[in-house]
Amino acid sequence: MSSHPLLEVERLSVSFPVTGPGLKGLFLKQKLHAVNAVSLQVEPGSVVGLVGESGSGKSTLGRAMLKLEPSCAGSITFDGLQLDNATQSDIARLRQQTAMIFQDPYSSLNPRQTLGEAIAEVLKVHRKCSAEKRASRVDELLTLTGLSGDYKSRYPKQLSGGQCQRAAIARALAIEPRLIVADECVAALDVSIQAQIVNLLLELQRKINLTLLFIAHDLSIVRRLCDRVAVMYLGRIVEEGPTESVFSHPRHPYTAALISAIPDIDPERRLPDTLLRGEPPSPLDLPDGCAFHTRCCFAREACRKGEAPELRGDGNHQYACLLEAGEAERLTDPMR
Amino acid sequence: MSPLLTVDSLTITTRAGLNLVDQVSFSLAPGEMLGLVGESGSGKTLTCRALLQLLPEGALQITGGRVDFDGRDLLRLSPREMRQLRGAGVGMIFQNPSTHINPLMTIGQQMAESLRLRGRLSRKEIRARSVSLLEQVGIPSPEQRLDSHAHEFSGGMRQRAMIAIALACSPRVLIADEPTTALDVTVQAQILKLLDGLRREHGLSIIMITHDLGVVAQTCDRVAVLYGGRICEIAATADLLKHPAHPYTRGLIACQPHANVNAQGPLTTIAGAPPTAEEMPAGCRFHPRCPDAQRRCQTRQPVVHDVAQESGHRVACHYPLQRLIHRELDHE
Repeated sequence: MSSHPLLEVERLSVSFPVTGPGLKGLFLKQKLHAVNAVSLQVEPGSVVGLVGESGSGKSTLGRAMLKLEPSCAGSITFDGLQLDNATQSDIARLRQQTAMIFQDPYSSLNPRQTLGEAIAEVLKVHRKCSAEKRASRVDELLTLTGLSGDYKSRYPKQLSGGQCQRAAIARALAIEPRLIVADECVAALDVSIQAQIVNLLLELQRKINLTLLFIAHDLSIVRRLCDRVAVMYLGRIVEEGPTESVFSHPRHPYTAALISAIPDIDPERRLPDTLLRGEPPSPLDLPDGCAFHTRCCFAREACRKGEAPELRGDGNHQYACLLEAGEAERLTDPMR
Repeated sequence: MSPLLTVDSLTITTRAGLNLVDQVSFSLAPGEMLGLVGESGSGKTLTCRALLQLLPEGALQITGGRVDFDGRDLLRLSPREMRQLRGAGVGMIFQNPSTHINPLMTIGQQMAESLRLRGRLSRKEIRARSVSLLEQVGIPSPEQRLDSHAHEFSGGMRQRAMIAIALACSPRVLIADEPTTALDVTVQAQILKLLDGLRREHGLSIIMITHDLGVVAQTCDRVAVLYGGRICEIAATADLLKHPAHPYTRGLIACQPHANVNAQGPLTTIAGAPPTAEEMPAGCRFHPRCPDAQRRCQTRQPVVHDVAQESGHRVACHYPLQRLIHRELDHE
């Protein structure tokens, strides 16, 4: 493993201007802080999971890390290169080495292009191989992702969701990226296909030492696939660490709640009765203190005021929660 | 208990003569939650839409079978009779509430619309009933929320609102088509608890269409597994999950990653992809993907039969997996 991470962000923040309600709102520009001072490192060859509920900012963070979304503070370093004042050619280099896979493959593929054309276009634009070899490379990529070469003359609408997602992965692989950001790339697929795609990603990771930032809300897949996991809540990372450590000893009540809310396939392992109350507050009007305190059953006075708690813990497993180790044990206690 | 709803050999055919749903039979007891599990294209949604005659006009036709509900065959109701039954007899909720709630009407107006169809109620009564329905589905401050539009609700709240609208007609059967697929896990857990509560407290029968065996394990009494438009296995939930008799069911269970178990390496998968309507394999429709397929499976269609007598565990497989093997596995 090389000495520096492939991708590193330092206190990255992303915000969007939004208009408020009513006529007055048009002039009262508010800021929606989608990502708040997030630091994250992606080591080469590793799979990092980014989990959280919808609106937690995980997709925005993924996009901002690839410079697909302008950030308003913080720095991004890709392969040792600072991207804050990146030139056009730096960005072009980043594009050559990173790719993204999206949740809805139908809308990420051009409906008027056959799969063959879509993949060949990438090969052509990035000059990955000569014109003669292009057709065979398309076949190769389609085969690599579990489709056959016959699919190259098909249009996205003729395919099932799983096939379409494979095509999208084939297209992402066409540039031979070093990092792929997969944004909920299996969420829309059938279970048997989901497992195939997860295996495909595992295999690719091993075969071509692919680095993967896996954005998902499905924790069971994250546990299987990822080396490290970062849990986001309302724009902040609330817990980050090695997957096993986070899953078996969560230190943040939100992580624990997320894990316990997954319906287990074992009917004897019932969903807990103490479910997380309510839904996340609006990111436009974040509560003081820890943003999770409105739903947290461990919240105390100190959680409700001041700044959001900083990440702490040993360098490997970090959490942004005031609970001490003894109290955190109760998080995983099923009888709590 | 005699079943409330019986679907018998339901067959749905396209204009080209392809059977998208082929001889599907199941029954639903009062107060029961039945899971319909299958991958996309397995016909689970079509089956349920057929019950309400909601199939796309002209493109698809019901070419066989009957659906008994309350002594009537739902497939032979006139449009007028059907309209009366929809909602009041059988209600339906969908995966994506925002496309099934009218964005221009308030939630209250939409509930009032349903309530008015069911009987002569005064405005006051309608409002009171609506408030209590919203309360029942766990929407906070229902008085104010009644006058909200769908876009003012979060995803989970919208799903709750859709359930409330469906309940406004006091249906006896609720068809829930992937009701939690679009929701976050923490909200999904809340909605599952809500549906479970409705069934327990009000005796509502629910057909839960899902692809998530975890959801089934947590909520359903019985499960029917569909593949390629046919039922391949139907059994009590615990029985099916512990002792699957169909190789497809076993595969589905195996390829589900566990959140509570530490495991590494690749997941077990089912090779290939579900068949499309144009390329339905002959014989058992699962045979091209089945690790145990024999020659007989390629040509002869298996019939649904009992795994053991009077267990209610039925399977459509020439070579169902033996219970014995599973017992051995349990001991390992």
